[in-house]
Amino acid sequence: MKDQNTTMRGIAVSDLVKETGAFKAKGCRLVQIGCTGIGDAYEINYTFDKDYVFETVRITVHDGDVIPSIAEHYWASFIYENEIHDLYGLTVEGMSIDFGGHLFHTAIENPFKNPPEVTKVEKETPAPGPEEGDA
Amino acid sequence: MGRQIVVPFGPQHPVLPEPIHLDLVLEDEVVVEAVPSIGYIHRGLEKLVEKREYTDYIRIAERICGICSFTHSVNYAESVEKVMGLEVPARAHYIRTILMEYSRMHSHMLWLGLTADAMGFENLFMNSWRIREAILDDMEMATGGRVIQGLCTVGGIRKDVPDEMLGQMSDHLKEITPQMEELCKIFSHDTSVRHRMRGLGVLTKEEMWELGGVGPTARGSNLPLDARCTGYSAYDELGFKPVVEKEGDCLARCIVRARELMAAADLVHAAVKKMPDGPVDVGKIKGGPDGEAFFFTEQPRGEVLHYVKGNGSKYLVRHRVRTPTFANIPPLVKMLAGVDLADVPVVVLTIDPCIGCMER
Repeated sequence: MKDQNTTMRGIAVSDLVKETGAFKAKGCRLVQIGCTGIGDAYEINYTFDKDYVFETVRITVHDGDVIPSIAEHYWASFIYENEIHDLYGLTVEGMSIDFGGHLFHTAIENPFKNPPEVTKVEKETPAPGPEEGDA
Repeated sequence: MGRQIVVPFGPQHPVLPEPIHLDLVLEDEVVVEAVPSIGYIHRGLEKLVEKREYTDYIRIAERICGICSFTHSVNYAESVEKVMGLEVPARAHYIRTILMEYSRMHSHMLWLGLTADAMGFENLFMNSWRIREAILDDMEMATGGRVIQGLCTVGGIRKDVPDEMLGQMSDHLKEITPQMEELCKIFSHDTSVRHRMRGLGVLTKEEMWELGGVGPTARGSNLPLDARCTGYSAYDELGFKPVVEKEGDCLARCIVRARELMAAADLVHAAVKKMPDGPVDVGKIKGGPDGEAFFFTEQPRGEVLHYVKGNGSKYLVRHRVRTPTFANIPPLVKMLAGVDLADVPVVVLTIDPCIGCMER
């Protein structure tokens, strides 16, 4: 009934590859990459482990942002990065294997993508037609 | 260099109980590259968390997989309990541990049977599944369910399993252990099995670490990676040690699973012996989970991770699952390079692919 040793901290997208390289240098393995939609943005968690100490770093991105791949340090990251691309519609640059959106065959394209902002537009009332008898 | 052709493998194939597709790039009869594609049974279960109360969602979490169902429910419950700071009674932890080990035994025997079937060894297939039935009978006796138990709940377990029944289960397990040992001996030493699996799909310890492989797939490459070492549930009190094999080939992965049958039985006996008295749940839970947590458990197929995030309401904001099969896809891609086309089914099977689990 021991507690598991997990930590989490946020980092900038620009620091992602550098931070990942530091984990690699420490001898950590890549446990997972997971995405979460938070309102109009997305959190992406990268979890690494060495000796059952699970460290997670988090970046926050928006639709249209380009996320650098960590494939230069972890070749196997392609499976998670393609998943994020296929389910959330985010662009990951430099993946070791790019399935071009064909890793997941889903009925709806990017099913977990944040829905576009919809503004309600009042229905226009049709202009009154010409009254009978008008010439 | 021979002419390269692409042969599609799956999504429907005699050795695949679930659909996965591999484009195999071949040179003559040898695989030079394997390109997987999945998503044939993507159900979006993670999305359902937004529409089900966190206490009810455990029923869905349990149904992520039809084989490792109980471990998924425990992992989900432990994640939510971690966020809410719930202190689950020791007896509930012990009973969860016993049932997780029963799940491991029935999953491994299912896999051993399927592998024997894929090799054309029908007697061994039937024998593995015959012994598996006895394990399922005990699970049914304890919980009322053979595959989906519905026993685990946030804060403990739904219903206590009496000591007398636990004793019966332990005694029954002692009766079938010689049969499991016999099975292990056949998978380790039989000429047909060795001929079909030895030296096939080899990955070294370093390669496996690099590729992020987990579970018996990793342990077959001498990588002692097992989430039970973190000591969750009752594992820290049961003297657990991971089973590893050195060769890194299909046979090593097979032997790890066969040996884990006896290791699981030992854990069950130890848990029954040390079973504490007391309540099996925390009682009524007030409020909703507010915060986030990762939790790791060891499924029969390997390490699984559940991530939950809540905002204090009855509905979780996010539930993310990283299943072992998903982590074992990159090692599979590497294992397949260089094997003969005829050996592809055996290599694919040795990661014990669970596609329903992987796609959620």
